[in-house]
Amino acid sequence: MTLKAQSAQETEEVAAMNDSNKLVHSKLDNSTLENSALDTYSLESKTQPTLQLSYRHAFMLVLKRDLLIAMRHKDDIINPLLFFVIVITLFPLGIGPEAQTLSRIAPGIIWVAALLATLLSLDRLFKSDHLDGSLEQMLLSPHPIFLLVLAKIFAHWLITGLPLILIAPLLAVLLHLDENSYTALILTLLLGTPVLSLLGAVGVALTVGIKKGGVLLSLLVLPLYIPVLIFATSAIDTAALGLPYSGQLAIIAALFFGSLTLAPFAVGAALKVSTN
Amino acid sequence: MWKWLHPYANPEVAYHFTNKVLPWLSALAAIFLSIGLVWALVFAPADYQQGHSFRIFYVHVPAASLSMGIYFAMAIAAFSSLVWQLKLADASAAAMAPVGAAFTAIALITGAAWGKPMWGTWWIWDARLTSELILLFLYLGVIALHNAFEDKNLAGKAAGILTLVGVVNIPIIKYSVDWWNTLHQGSTVSKLGKPSMSLDMLWPFIFSFIGFSLLVGVIICLRFRNEILARNSIRPWVRNLVQEHTTK
Repeated sequence: MTLKAQSAQETEEVAAMNDSNKLVHSKLDNSTLENSALDTYSLESKTQPTLQLSYRHAFMLVLKRDLLIAMRHKDDIINPLLFFVIVITLFPLGIGPEAQTLSRIAPGIIWVAALLATLLSLDRLFKSDHLDGSLEQMLLSPHPIFLLVLAKIFAHWLITGLPLILIAPLLAVLLHLDENSYTALILTLLLGTPVLSLLGAVGVALTVGIKKGGVLLSLLVLPLYIPVLIFATSAIDTAALGLPYSGQLAIIAALFFGSLTLAPFAVGAALKVSTN
Repeated sequence: MWKWLHPYANPEVAYHFTNKVLPWLSALAAIFLSIGLVWALVFAPADYQQGHSFRIFYVHVPAASLSMGIYFAMAIAAFSSLVWQLKLADASAAAMAPVGAAFTAIALITGAAWGKPMWGTWWIWDARLTSELILLFLYLGVIALHNAFEDKNLAGKAAGILTLVGVVNIPIIKYSVDWWNTLHQGSTVSKLGKPSMSLDMLWPFIFSFIGFSLLVGVIICLRFRNEILARNSIRPWVRNLVQEHTTK
């Protein structure tokens, strides 16, 4: 390559980078940019990226990748849901079918089952990526870990949290949940399950390098879930009495935003330790 | 201050420092504990309402507040090890975790023993008891995570991150549990201006509290010394030490 050609290429690269920034700011032509972004992402470790990825695109890329992987392994989505359903079915069998007792303990049962189902599904958050080495590539990429981790957690929530929220009302019917409580149940799940994913990610990131991390994970994560459990069930109980429960919701929302801003940092640090 | 502190980041210096401090600390702990406990358990007046069983309080309250205090000390050690990459801070956190767990367990057991005659039951799902139990789980989680790694340096870092996550969560857990249920009696000691305890009872408490704190210091120093030796077992100075001991 002649010197001239090289310098020409360099100027081209700079121009492309500037262009990409403009593109991002003006939000033009998403699809072509993402295609080229995909290419650069896969080649990133080998060659210089010709196009700077914006934060938004890095986020979307990881999110899409994780969702795609989940779609290819549908068991990972269905099994925690089945677990959720089966655990909830066990309670009436163990406690007795009286509608009054069941409706009294329904919020607790649903929430505890949701905690356990999330716990079961957490393992897939980083494990396979760690095994095939793509996790290390992500940590080596120039993008902030905060962002990539957040994308992965969001994908995890879409895969496990959202189906859980969709199926919860059905199970609430089985448990004779008070009619006033349905909105509260959905709202607490909507605000609470992301917290579970975020806090759980810290635990998974810490145990991903350990061979028998499963039991350890529950020991690490479950104590941290207690506040969510307390406020969520309290909100549902309050709703059953027909009283306002916005206070509890506000606290769960506070927990959500707190963990949204802090947990990805802890996850990033933990992943760095785990992948060493 | 940094100039004064940084020699202690060297394991050898730290080892000799703990060796020097340890006899003084142990002597003070023995004095305070024996005065405090004898005064508290024998001479302090019995409570007009609770009788003699209130004396458990002289062990229970120091254990409970130390269990919290040790966790915060661990968090400070974890923070300094993560930020300044001090390996000895890891060692000290590793030394503290089991001590903290033990004191949490002591607080829970003595609490149960006090609860039986007072409330008529060993266990109540009361706010303070519950949060102490959760604190025990947090301690056990840190210890379990520490044991799960083969490499002690990695173990220290991982456990440090978990400790810091825990320390952010402790106040949240505490307030959520408080909200959830409150049955425990209000605090009696912390009202500094006008203690609701008579002075005859307060003085032995202060002595036993200081005694227990010193005892924790002694145990942590012992464990810290062992941690240093275990982590530096291939260093020449440790070998020399071992040789000196074996030839004696």
